[in-house]
Amino acid sequence: MIAKIKSTLSSLMLVELLKGMALTGRYFFAPKFTVQYPDEVTPQSNRFRGLHALRRYPNGEERCIACKLCEAVCPAMAITIESEQREDNTRRTTRYDIDLTKCIFCGMCEESCPVDSIVETRVFDYHGEQRGDLLYTKEMLLAVGDKHEKQIAADRTTDKDFR
Amino acid sequence: MEFLANLFGSYWPAVQLTAWTLIKIILIVAPLMGAVAYLTLAERKVIGYMQVRIGPNRVGYFGLLQPIADGLKLLFKEIIIPTTSNKTLFLLGPVLAIAPAFAAWAVVPFDATLVLADVNAGLLYILAMTSVAVYGVIIAGWASNSKYAFLGALRSAAQIVSYEIAMGFALVGVLMCANSLNLGKIVMGQEGGFWHWYFLPLFPLFIVYFISAVAETNRAPFDVAEGESEIVAGFHVEYSGMSFAVFFLAEYANMILVSMLAALMFLGGWLSPVPFIPDSFLWLLAKVAFLLFLFLWFRATFPRYRYDQIMRLGWKVFIPITIVWIVFVGGMMQTPWAHFFH
Repeated sequence: MIAKIKSTLSSLMLVELLKGMALTGRYFFAPKFTVQYPDEVTPQSNRFRGLHALRRYPNGEERCIACKLCEAVCPAMAITIESEQREDNTRRTTRYDIDLTKCIFCGMCEESCPVDSIVETRVFDYHGEQRGDLLYTKEMLLAVGDKHEKQIAADRTTDKDFR
Repeated sequence: MEFLANLFGSYWPAVQLTAWTLIKIILIVAPLMGAVAYLTLAERKVIGYMQVRIGPNRVGYFGLLQPIADGLKLLFKEIIIPTTSNKTLFLLGPVLAIAPAFAAWAVVPFDATLVLADVNAGLLYILAMTSVAVYGVIIAGWASNSKYAFLGALRSAAQIVSYEIAMGFALVGVLMCANSLNLGKIVMGQEGGFWHWYFLPLFPLFIVYFISAVAETNRAPFDVAEGESEIVAGFHVEYSGMSFAVFFLAEYANMILVSMLAALMFLGGWLSPVPFIPDSFLWLLAKVAFLLFLFLWFRATFPRYRYDQIMRLGWKVFIPITIVWIVFVGGMMQTPWAHFFH
């Protein structure tokens, strides 16, 4: 009986409604989470899997030895490799294509590479304007690597204790 | 001026009156359209803030050019008229929705001397105008020749009509306290400071009026007819471009109208709550702004009512409350405590 009166009174006095409004009212004054991209960016992990790059050794020699482990492990078969013997009798690739429209950005190629040649950088804001623009050839991948080598090396250094 | 007086001859006073009235109408409608446009921005910002994010802030400082961008976008969109629709009625629907929303502003007093038409039956005129808006909804849904539009229109029309009754009864309570249908006299009846405003003796009627107003304008949580996630857009699903914009404007103009009426009839209009600050039109604006903020607050807070819950609320809860309170007020007016209600 008393409970019934109380519940009728509380629904007439709109108690839950006012409690709900108090909650949203509190959030009205709470600090906002919006990140004003591109002026601000969200924090990014050093293990972020973005655009691929082919790295070089500090002396300028390309790291890739055409072992084709990345091509074998790629789940989407996005990597295409052709290799040949170079003049100094080392094995190097003549063709190393990653089709970014097939790639699933899983990072298995980076995990499988024995010389840390193919890596995924932190770059996510690249684009292609024509149909073939997202097929990254060896030159393009090496260029990405040269452009971002400092960031790549720093990210790998941060991670070295866990690998 | 003499040239014009000679041009119109004996009709010159009539022309003068017409021109002056037209200027006054423009002086009401133009700021109202601006207010409607910026109310849409305010809604997005306020709801954004309540959802712990900032609303639009890219178009102009703090997003202040956003309504202009929205308006331009809607202007450039094609007005698609479905081939199986009734073309005349299809284009007439939005007109019938927005015309009463603007026409009702003719009797709204902004200050003791500022009113376009000081009609003695102002309240009756407003109730009549808001009732015509239902035709716009029904005709729009019917003329669209689309199942969802039709159902949405019928639901919306039934909802509007049900809550009009509760609003009418709430206003009867105000009428009893003020002894006049003239909006200016209703405000003057609340003179004497904060404790004389009608929302205190008529508190349940004020609450019922405001919630009915939210239901009338199809605003959340009563927006089942235009529920954006349910039947897409209800009765205006087939509309695009400017014809949709007209419905949109009609809804927001109705919101501002209803807030203005609540401020005039329950919250003392332009009267100041404190004795040391004089009465002014700015007090009216502040009260309307507060009530509009409540509209936006409701939208951000409450989940949508189901349609049968809306009907139950309108008929089985609000109308009995208003009738009981009117009988109570009528009874109290015969007792020595009648001065609380006048």
